[in-house]
Amino acid sequence: MTSTVPASGVAAPGRARIGQGTLRSDRWWLQPLLVFLGLTAFVVYGLVRTASQSYYFVPAYQYLSPFASPCVSASCVPGSSHLGVWFGTFPPMIPLAIVTLPLLLGFRLSCYYYRKAYYRSFWLSPPACAVPEPRAGYTGETRFPLIVQNVHRYFFSFALLISALNTYDAVKAFQSPSGFGFGLGNVIMVVNVALLWGYTLGCHSCRHITAGRINHFSRHPVRYWLWQRVSWLSARHMQFAWITLGTLVLTDAYIALVSAGVIDDLRFVG
Amino acid sequence: MSYEGSFRVWRGDDDAGGLVDYQVEVNDGEVVLDVIHRLQATQAPDLAVRWNCKAGKCGSCSAEVNGRPRLLCMTRMSTFSPDEVVTVTPLRTFPVLRDLVTDVSFNYEKAREIPAFEPPKGVAPGDYRMAQVDVGRSQEFRKCIECFLCQDVCHVIRDHEQNKPAFAGPRFFIRIAELDMHPLDTREGRAEAAQDEHGLGLCNITKCCTEVCPEGIKITDNGIIPMKERVVDRKYDPLVWLGSKIFRRQT
Amino acid sequence: MSDVERHAYDCLVIGAGGAGLRAAIEARERGLRTAIICKSLFGKAHTVMAEGGIAASMGNVNSRDSWEVHFRDTMRGGKFLNNPRMAELHAKEAPQRVWELETYGALFDRTPDGRISQRNFGGHEYPRLAHVGDRTGLELIRTLQQKIVSLQQADGRESGDLDARLRVFAEVTVTDLLTEEGRISGAFAYYRESGRFVVFEAPAVILATGGICKSFKVTSNSWEYTGDGQALALRAGAALVNMEFVQFHPTGMVWPPSVKGILVTESVRGDGGVLRNSEGRRFMFDYVPDVFRGQYAESEDEADRWYEDPDNNKRPPELLPRDEVARAINSEVKEGRGTPHGGVFLDVSTRLPADEIVRRLPSMYHQFKELADVDITAEPMEVGPTCHYVMGGVEVDADTAATAVPGLFAAGEVAGGLHGSNRLGGNSLSDLLVFGKRAGDGAADYVSSLPQTRPQVRDEDVEHAAQTALAPFAAPTLGAFENPYTIHTELQQTMNDLVGIIRRESEMIEALQRLSKLEARERDVVVEGHRQFNPGWHLALDLRNMLLVSRCIAMAALERTESRGGHTREDHPDMDARWRDVNLVCRFDDKGEVVLQREMLPAIRPELLALFERSELTKYLTEDELSRLSPLDPEAGR
Repeated sequence: MTSTVPASGVAAPGRARIGQGTLRSDRWWLQPLLVFLGLTAFVVYGLVRTASQSYYFVPAYQYLSPFASPCVSASCVPGSSHLGVWFGTFPPMIPLAIVTLPLLLGFRLSCYYYRKAYYRSFWLSPPACAVPEPRAGYTGETRFPLIVQNVHRYFFSFALLISALNTYDAVKAFQSPSGFGFGLGNVIMVVNVALLWGYTLGCHSCRHITAGRINHFSRHPVRYWLWQRVSWLSARHMQFAWITLGTLVLTDAYIALVSAGVIDDLRFVG
Repeated sequence: MSYEGSFRVWRGDDDAGGLVDYQVEVNDGEVVLDVIHRLQATQAPDLAVRWNCKAGKCGSCSAEVNGRPRLLCMTRMSTFSPDEVVTVTPLRTFPVLRDLVTDVSFNYEKAREIPAFEPPKGVAPGDYRMAQVDVGRSQEFRKCIECFLCQDVCHVIRDHEQNKPAFAGPRFFIRIAELDMHPLDTREGRAEAAQDEHGLGLCNITKCCTEVCPEGIKITDNGIIPMKERVVDRKYDPLVWLGSKIFRRQT
Repeated sequence: MSDVERHAYDCLVIGAGGAGLRAAIEARERGLRTAIICKSLFGKAHTVMAEGGIAASMGNVNSRDSWEVHFRDTMRGGKFLNNPRMAELHAKEAPQRVWELETYGALFDRTPDGRISQRNFGGHEYPRLAHVGDRTGLELIRTLQQKIVSLQQADGRESGDLDARLRVFAEVTVTDLLTEEGRISGAFAYYRESGRFVVFEAPAVILATGGICKSFKVTSNSWEYTGDGQALALRAGAALVNMEFVQFHPTGMVWPPSVKGILVTESVRGDGGVLRNSEGRRFMFDYVPDVFRGQYAESEDEADRWYEDPDNNKRPPELLPRDEVARAINSEVKEGRGTPHGGVFLDVSTRLPADEIVRRLPSMYHQFKELADVDITAEPMEVGPTCHYVMGGVEVDADTAATAVPGLFAAGEVAGGLHGSNRLGGNSLSDLLVFGKRAGDGAADYVSSLPQTRPQVRDEDVEHAAQTALAPFAAPTLGAFENPYTIHTELQQTMNDLVGIIRRESEMIEALQRLSKLEARERDVVVEGHRQFNPGWHLALDLRNMLLVSRCIAMAALERTESRGGHTREDHPDMDARWRDVNLVCRFDDKGEVVLQREMLPAIRPELLALFERSELTKYLTEDELSRLSPLDPEAGR
């Protein structure tokens, strides 16, 4: 992380002449570094897993990885196409959940929390508070492409649908070859889905839609009630954002391990 | 308990200046401003510093301590170890006048660019009726003590002098939010103006304003992001735009 | 000095707190081209420190409230030494002034039916204080500041110049008022930033500079409150009244030393906080004075019931007027029942649930947490008296806020009379609004009554003012070099020790002697550095104001041989009805000496006296006054 100081910033004429770009003596670089590593690790995992087109489904228990849902191509293993088969065979490397993954990616990329995270840790704009950013020019979100961040609410509505689909997947997974059943995989899937709802509903656009856009809460008691609930989630949006990255990986990895036969699902019923 | 603390204080004006080392007595329970005052009274009588209430209520003594924007009166010496060198500089986003005092007139100019509250027509003084839940959001923003630490830390102008004309800054985004959410304000178009005239789009919500706010105002989550969403309503969301044309919805 | 920067206005408002800003709004709306001088930045005035609220009998919470009740409370609080006309106007006009703020954009806390919520406060019979949490002063200053901006925006739309009719000069200090033939012609000032001088030509000047408490060691006031307005008025020929009455707020922080004096709002007590000594006793029950007997609870049970049911119970004695509580705390500490750091305990942690405390008293919670590392939801606070407010001030006409000097007006803390010997909490913010507006009106009427040629600023006066201001840079011809910080510290110690909360004749004589010495040393003050933002120089210039005002306080305190409100004499512990209608007035005589004179307080009109029961009046009025009263107005004998 470079610390050159463009003359348009704290070294601009008229400002106190201090020389160093920042006098912060704490480990301000730690947080952006951790965020950088965390997000990179997730992206790498996701790419590897979606490109592999394998070990995403456990037929016996109907465990379907969220990375592969909905599985709607002819390439999908038998039984995993909960919503039917819409497309022919996918060539290698194409994610099976091609319908939803771009939308989920858009939702997270345009999320007000993730924006902060990657602007700081990937784009160093700024790397940390009161630490100069390395570039002299800056136009924020005023022009293409970043002005497109304003479509976040549309991604949010898709994310709602996808959360519903994930819920469906989780419910459908309460199965065993002998009928109803559940195991550790179900617990993981349910927890993952619950946390995904927490992340999705805590979206700042959701908060705006419930009642943020109105000025008279007192005239809309139901919307106000909803707004208060969403506000609670929204204040924890960052935590949900990170936890759900973890549970998504956990869910997918668990299903992959069971599917590959590396481990057996710990069954409670059936 | 008292000890000799090591301080580095920026002394100078707009021509020249630098960090000057001082050894000064520090007593139990003191804040950085107390130490600056002791410097004035004993070693540097002409050391310029702005302060007023000394209780975190007026927002005058804004400066940077160890590189972080802080109120000098709210920075307790107990947060440093006795052998730590405490560096105090003026705000680094505004022109320096002398020592720790900067020219913050940028903020007063921006304040005058935000259209004022427009009272409802035909409602006499004394007849205003507002529910507490409806004023709560704006009240949060009115806690602002105008210390301008958020303005100072915001990289949009801290790191880019050229953005100053186009950017009102976090303090004034919450001023706009306060008015736009005011249950009785009658002015139209505040959100559009926030984007077109006051530079809301330059904000990339990296939240440093919220981090430094001594009043704990959730500037980004409760002010800037809701305003960005209101901007989307008016400027970038065809469905909402269409809906408002058809239903003339009342909020 | 003809090259000094000059500005011409119709009206100059010195001071940008609540009174100054309200006055400027009125003057501008009445058509005067107006300038506002702030000693610090715009919006930083000490008004922001006011926490509790604005007293106004709107009757939103208890509909039995009315201006008459507010008037009665104010007179009682001031021990009948108030200027009765001012108290009347204040009580009558305060609601209108508060409602007006809502049209400027203020957002007060609300009642369930959407009106302005009102809270209980010491000395007020009904819940009366409009408030915003415990940051009402901030709301007031911000609202007025934003109203001024809105007027400037209107001027900008009309003329293209935002400053056309209303301009704010920030970080400017006035050092002298300029007069021609006894009438105001303008003011001489310097920019703190550059040290450059500036002359304002204006036929009307409104003083709104606030208080004097920076002359005391333990104070809630900031550096600005150096008695500038009082001293400027004196030197221009006006008089100060009631200066012996200095309010020590009962609850200032006592620990850590760096925050000693910073205020703990009275709302803590209004919302259930109680005072205890080191033995755990709620000692205020032992300190209810005779004049208030019957109005305050006598047992803890009754006091506690009052918070829930104020109509059928008497209020707790913690809510007695400030002077009573301050004296009580002082006695407890003196008698060895104080806390480790020399205060008493103010406890709200055992009285309210933690989240309720944080909701009702957010900035107190914040203040103790940040400044003292004390969690007020879990442990009691340590508090003690702090110099907070001066009841006395520039003598003004009640209706117009005009002083004895034509063209000079005064409003807010700098003016005297409204509060008598003791101010009730909440009456300060309403004072600022009511008399700020009246001062603006008074100035507008005065300016329109002027003939074509206005009083002129004379070059020799400007020259003289400049020399005076530069004097601290020149080394004295004889005597030692004096450091302004040292003299200031000694002045504060003198006033705190010898003219403080409890006063004795011998100590005040000593104080006057010490003041004479400090005045002599002040002339030898030398400052280092140059004129650009030099705090040493600024303090040197403020010192002469503090010394002058301190002299008036000590002289008046020595003269008044009784105890009343904010003036407590150990050698004259009782209130004396013969002093009830006597004002002590401080002014310069022909020879340039500060003199003290007695003046009669204006009589209370019979219909106002009739608002009190006779039994109460007997506590304040002389036999003679009472005997004159009864035939005139049998109503007063109810």
